[in-house]
Amino acid sequence: MPYRLLKFGFSKHYPEQRMFRSPTVLKGEYDTVVIGGGGHGLAAAYYLARDHGVTDVAVLEKGYIGSGGTGRNTAIVRSNYLTPEGAKFYDASLQLFRDLSRDLNLNLFYSERGHFTLAHSPASLRTQRWRAETNKHLGIESEIVGPEFIKETVPEIDLNCGGQAPIHGALFHPPGAIARHDAVAWGYARGADGLGVEIHQQTPVTGIEVEDGRVVGVHTDKGFIKTRRVLSAVAGWTTHITKMVGLRTPLVIHPLQAAVTEPLKPWLNHIVVSAGLHLYVSQSSRGELVTGASLDPYELISTRSTLDFAESLSGHLLDLFPCLADVKLLRQWGGLSDMTPDFSPIMGTTDVQGFYIDAGWGTWGFKATPISGKTMAFTVAEERDHELIRPFRLSRFREFRLVGEKGAASVGH
Amino acid sequence: MKILNCPLNGPRPLQEFQFGGEVREMPDPDRVSDEEWADYVFRRSGEPGVKREWWYHIASGTWFIAERNNQTDETLRTYLPGSE
Repeated sequence: MPYRLLKFGFSKHYPEQRMFRSPTVLKGEYDTVVIGGGGHGLAAAYYLARDHGVTDVAVLEKGYIGSGGTGRNTAIVRSNYLTPEGAKFYDASLQLFRDLSRDLNLNLFYSERGHFTLAHSPASLRTQRWRAETNKHLGIESEIVGPEFIKETVPEIDLNCGGQAPIHGALFHPPGAIARHDAVAWGYARGADGLGVEIHQQTPVTGIEVEDGRVVGVHTDKGFIKTRRVLSAVAGWTTHITKMVGLRTPLVIHPLQAAVTEPLKPWLNHIVVSAGLHLYVSQSSRGELVTGASLDPYELISTRSTLDFAESLSGHLLDLFPCLADVKLLRQWGGLSDMTPDFSPIMGTTDVQGFYIDAGWGTWGFKATPISGKTMAFTVAEERDHELIRPFRLSRFREFRLVGEKGAASVGH
Repeated sequence: MKILNCPLNGPRPLQEFQFGGEVREMPDPDRVSDEEWADYVFRRSGEPGVKREWWYHIASGTWFIAERNNQTDETLRTYLPGSE
């Protein structure tokens, strides 16, 4: 047993420093208020303090940090998107992820596995070739591979998928990775806290005060806070917040479910995604198969789980990997996806001065955590949209300038 | 099993239905401004509450309207369009 652990066990007091402080009193005024203590909100707070010197920041979280989408996703990071706007943005995020463990001085278990998006028809192979070409043009590692390569790399796969959906090829993206998503939230929280940011958990926002088209303060269940800048980074809860400032958005909320199997010895190195079978699967460092499917079929602001999902997920998982027939599902859960009509996020300035939005994270939010934090911090500090996120502004719908990422459909995306 | 009440066929399992999105009134495309048209095309009332929604009973090809709470998933009533 390591000496440090032994010392920890015998210590009368908690011998380690806490990850972050838990202030009990809210101040009456902050320079900037971030609503939502998930990865995105905490990352924005961290970069605001580190890169822009804005340290008088309160992060308000209604539950505990990372309790929303941050801790509920399947932790996949990739940048093989279809649109140049999307691919550039997510690739900048992937580059930040590569150094993030060192940057935050916390092991995020960032593990590059290689990411397959399987094609079960010539039509889907054609879309993937389009994605591969867009990616290559932008310098992103991405290529089309044949069934032989797939079988050689992932020998357990059934290339015929039980005869129902034979695999024609795949888009292969070597930098595709997985990470420990909770640690991303904790790392950013610790980093932000160390620079002076206050993190207030269990502090729901009950209203936002707007005067003459400008934000002047935020109501919480612990009292009123005066502030001129509010960043909403609450993903699935965005429609609650935008209602408070009278903004209309295209967002609709669907549940997205996921599951893990019991832990197995390491056998699946790669991340395997199939749009045709509505499935993605990877093996975590704990040995569990982390797996998910497409969105629930109708709007619902709830994180309930369904048997329908477990049944169809298991069926499709067995189509792809018949060897898993005796493996049990260990845990199943749901999260909220705030979906946009073009499958791109909504980020940046809004018609309400001082109100900044970071939403529309649907099923693709986790991988964007570092870059969204960085670009939103810039946007809040400079009070203008960062160049990388200008295509994702809320006003794009009014201007009929959508960023159609839907063609890149991996799974419900 | 989740049950939805089809106005024509009575209570049926949810798997027999398809969700059709919020009921929205289409403004006259010749008379509205671009901004109002964009609002109709893209904007949704995604906030929590009771919504009027289109649902489709696949087996019988019936479109109907349901009033449903999008947070608790309770359906208050269902009816055919024009018969409210």
